[in-house]
Amino acid sequence: MTLPATDLETHAAPPVEGEATVTKVVGRSPMQLAIMRFRKDKLSMIAFAVVAIYFLGALAAPFLVHFGVLDPNTPHNTGKDNLLDEFTLPKGSWGGISWHHWLGVEPGIGRDVLSRVWYGVTFSLVIALSATIITVGLGAIFGIIAGASRGLVDSAIGRLIDLILSFPQTLMLLALSPLFIAILTDKLHVPDGDKANGLYVILILGFFGWPYVARIVRGQVLSIREREFIEAAKLMGASRMRLYFKEILPNLWAPLLVSFTITMPTYISAEAALNYLGVGIKPPTPTLGNVLTGSINYSQNDFFFFFFPAFLIMVIVVSFNLLGDGLRDALDPKGHR
Amino acid sequence: MSATAEETPSAAPSTTPGNPILEVENLRMYFPVKSSGLVRRTVGHVQAVDGVSFQVEKGTSLGLVGESGCGKSTTGRMVTRLYQPTGGAIRFEGKDIAQTKPGDLKPIRREIQMIFQDPYTSLNPRHTVGAIVGAPLAIHKVVPRDKILPRVQELLEVVGLNPEHYNRYPHEFSGGQRQRIGIARSLTLQPKLLVADEPVSALDVSIQAQVVNLLQDVQKEFGISFLFIAHDLAIVRHFCPEVAVMYLGKIVEIADRDTLYERPHHPYTQALLSAVPDVKQAAIGGRRERIRLQGDVPSPINPPSGCRFRTRCQFAQEICAKVEPPLLQIGPRHKVACHFAGELGAHPATPVTMDVCGVDAQGSPVPGATPVEQLNKPGFDDRWYDLKTQQFTGR
Repeated sequence: MTLPATDLETHAAPPVEGEATVTKVVGRSPMQLAIMRFRKDKLSMIAFAVVAIYFLGALAAPFLVHFGVLDPNTPHNTGKDNLLDEFTLPKGSWGGISWHHWLGVEPGIGRDVLSRVWYGVTFSLVIALSATIITVGLGAIFGIIAGASRGLVDSAIGRLIDLILSFPQTLMLLALSPLFIAILTDKLHVPDGDKANGLYVILILGFFGWPYVARIVRGQVLSIREREFIEAAKLMGASRMRLYFKEILPNLWAPLLVSFTITMPTYISAEAALNYLGVGIKPPTPTLGNVLTGSINYSQNDFFFFFFPAFLIMVIVVSFNLLGDGLRDALDPKGHR
Repeated sequence: MSATAEETPSAAPSTTPGNPILEVENLRMYFPVKSSGLVRRTVGHVQAVDGVSFQVEKGTSLGLVGESGCGKSTTGRMVTRLYQPTGGAIRFEGKDIAQTKPGDLKPIRREIQMIFQDPYTSLNPRHTVGAIVGAPLAIHKVVPRDKILPRVQELLEVVGLNPEHYNRYPHEFSGGQRQRIGIARSLTLQPKLLVADEPVSALDVSIQAQVVNLLQDVQKEFGISFLFIAHDLAIVRHFCPEVAVMYLGKIVEIADRDTLYERPHHPYTQALLSAVPDVKQAAIGGRRERIRLQGDVPSPINPPSGCRFRTRCQFAQEICAKVEPPLLQIGPRHKVACHFAGELGAHPATPVTMDVCGVDAQGSPVPGATPVEQLNKPGFDDRWYDLKTQQFTGR
């Protein structure tokens, strides 16, 4: 009457190892298929390569600085080593490009531009990456909770999102910066200076960024939870945790990944913009933002000093955006074309 | 088994002939309608299912038919306890599970499973077939982890799929194959009752027959009882020895297959059956007269008084608005809820339910008359109300 559970062994003995490899039917997950589609997209692959180079460079920079290959802090403005003319602009053409200084030297005190922007990429990416992780993480958590619970919790989170989005963000984070940095250093014992300043930027970007992700995730959860496989899982007796993390979450990777790659470049440029407004890591520690901020005064007299950090920011932002577009196309092939 | 119960009148006066695995009594599901705005007050209820009673006997199938929105899927979802009923009883093997707390439902989940309508949304696209079919085993921990895969492959073979396909993903299968995967999943825990919610209506006609035959094989092999929800009358006739017709949240007629399809007594059932195209008649050029219902189905938020079908019924009279017709047993295995129940073209002129309800022909209560109690019971009685003699008779 019932399925014969006793003769399980005889009925379906596991195939011999050698046989299995021959007759194995390969199933491709939606993620594997997306990767295959992504690989065929040349532009996205280039963007991916550029992003990868940035990350590798960012990882390598601290070691290169440690071993003296990159030297972002030594001034070249005195004595025999003076690379600046009487107006404190770099000697030579193209911003003082030479064998020792591939991208020239900084006007003013003559630090190596390549070292500063390269090391600056590291700090910029650390800030943008941390803020993006916070943004997407908080967004995913709040979005899943709101979408899955609905009712009062959903409305509460919805109102909270409205509240955060209605803040005059830029003004707030400028005005509150001394106060919060003081809290970070005094109460939470974060070392003063770069760490406190950087952490403040990360936290503030993350705090004001998650509502956008949460809204996207909530919408996705609302559409997923109405599908019948959720009901089927409930019928099996699946626990709440299993529903959220095994049934719903795997269907959220695509929007989360796309949110990640779309958020990341906005934070790289946001770091630069905030630095110009006086919030963030200050020199002598380089970030793309503060190198660019320092170069703006020289944009007429020493264009190349301004050009290199701006160019690096532009390239990474464009690459990340193309990567995000490519990922979206690969993950959701129905959306376009 | 129902046939034998009819032919040999049993000596024991049992009120429930046969051996019901599921008894549903006076089941109700009201969905609240909330007002918009900040304070969401309940402004009404959608009476999706309102007092439904039926029973499913062990090893057989009950078909539940009706048009879209009549509450048949809601009934199925209450039986599987995806919804908590507003009221009424669901007795599964004698135990009422209607108000069991969600946390205590796990044992019942093993006994009652469901086959879903849409094979494209009922399988998680991010899980392999092996994970989908094996998930119930993992959740209920019925077999050790390394025994799950052989069991899954066995199940895939049962439903006619290649057992080597366990590591494939749902998008690699056709609609019919996906529905087979869904069936395999529902069989994993060896359930006793399967609620099939329109299991074939999303499939191609050529595939429908295959899947229905698979369900029949499964039923024969494992002795599973079915609550078969569908709007395709032909498939229900093929699959279910007993059929209930629903209209606007109520059962209007319930009978064994031959009675319901050959001699329907409710005007709605007659209209429904007249809408089915008949190949034989089309071939000889003859045409049955179609009964065309006028108007739309009324809103279940504010259903008509008395009989819910009266707004579209050509036989409706005053009594129909005043008194709700009881689901009256008029044959050994035939119940109908109509004041003017009769075969097509032979509907009586006076209400047949006057005595039962204790009212006169206009529906006003007759002083001194006592209505017959407890007409909304699941299953069939040994005594029924004979329409010709207007008396209760038995076998």
